[in-house]
Amino acid sequence: MTDFNSMIESLVSCNADKLTGLVNDALAQGTAAGDILKKGLIAGMDVVGGKMESGDMFIPEVLMAAKAMGNCVSILKPLLGVDESTTGVSVIIGTVKGDLHDIGKNLVAMLMESAGMEVHNVGVDIAPEDFVAHIKEKNVQIVCLSALLTTTMPMMKQTVDAIVESGLRDQVKILVGGAPVTQAFADGIGADGFAADAGSAARLAKSLVN
Amino acid sequence: MFEVIGERINTSRKLVQAAVAERNTDYIIDDVKKQIEASTNFIDVNAGARIGHEAEDMKWLLDTIQPIATVPLTLDSPDPEILEMAFKMAERTPMINSISLERERFDAMMPFLNGKDCKVIALCMDDTGMPTASIDIVDRGKRLVEELNNIGIPTKNIYVDPLVQPISTDSTKGTMVLDAVRALKTEFPEVHITGGLSNISYGLPQRHIINRTFVSLMMDAGMDSAIIDPLDKKIMATIRTADMLLGNDSYCMNFLKGVRSGTILS
Repeated sequence: MTDFNSMIESLVSCNADKLTGLVNDALAQGTAAGDILKKGLIAGMDVVGGKMESGDMFIPEVLMAAKAMGNCVSILKPLLGVDESTTGVSVIIGTVKGDLHDIGKNLVAMLMESAGMEVHNVGVDIAPEDFVAHIKEKNVQIVCLSALLTTTMPMMKQTVDAIVESGLRDQVKILVGGAPVTQAFADGIGADGFAADAGSAARLAKSLVN
Repeated sequence: MFEVIGERINTSRKLVQAAVAERNTDYIIDDVKKQIEASTNFIDVNAGARIGHEAEDMKWLLDTIQPIATVPLTLDSPDPEILEMAFKMAERTPMINSISLERERFDAMMPFLNGKDCKVIALCMDDTGMPTASIDIVDRGKRLVEELNNIGIPTKNIYVDPLVQPISTDSTKGTMVLDAVRALKTEFPEVHITGGLSNISYGLPQRHIINRTFVSLMMDAGMDSAIIDPLDKKIMATIRTADMLLGNDSYCMNFLKGVRSGTILS
């Protein structure tokens, strides 16, 4: 019996060495790499995300946990089947045009990746038409827009409008976030969701495509 | 001496936004008076959070604050049109918050600042993104001082903001900015260093102790002003104590005054 609970516990306590040891042990015992990823690592980061949301874990700990998971994903990757390395959900995330802030966005990207999503972090200062181009090119289901300035929040609306005009609106779920952004603002611009932190963002994304 | 820029009149603060929306003059007057009583050197005024209402909100705030303000204002907006309107209304020469090297902002602000005799906060931000090393901050600070000097703003009127980033995301973010401040003060001894402090503690618990420990370290590096809440007794006490320890309080007079008035407690 594979001890997935210990893997989850190691992630939550940010113990990279212990986690790597457990993953290697499980592989040696014949546990499928896909199961380790899903039931040990993704499940563990789910708990981490929840604790971040509730204020029991903080950014540096989430970064440590994500790094520990990343090390183990590198071990598992060559052993995973073609469909196994992600849950099939793909995401684009970027900061809107005129805004260069990226810390929060990168945390969200990291937690979404840790949740098994395929994340395309397209960077900062991204124009509406570039978001549209990325959606077409990468065929994603979720678009995440970040802004940290009240002066760039209107650009979120422009980006949503551009996605509508391109005819791609029905293909994607649009999430918005960033310190000055609110649920009311998200509703006002026609976004599908708003999240106040990286933990809840990953959870919200998963719920919107299920 | 350390200069405090009181940050409370900012429509991104929930209660202030509500007061501005309701045109509650009593609330604003009370808050400004309290900040002045707490020895703030400037009152920062930011009306940017109510999108589409900034001009009228800024005008109303200035009309409300000016009759009772006994210190200069720091006019806080990214929009030079709003700043121009506010500048004309200001009774005492205000401080301008802020200019940066971001192309759009720079191009709009330079003509506004040209020939004006005022203090200006210069943010070390450009279009390449957040600084990732001390040298980024120093280079940007240098460029800003030189550009502002060129349009007649003397170094002693420039308050460089070195862009404090959260330590929670990278454990080098503290020393990155401390080293940059030291380097900028070495190159430009007359320049002032300012900024908000709360960025450093973003994402961590017990933020207050992080912020006030950081301000002590920054003051040793050369920071001589900050955009803070003057009603935060602990941070004000830390600043006055550090100011004394750095040799800026002859006979420890201000410190002793603070102790006797009950504003400085251990």
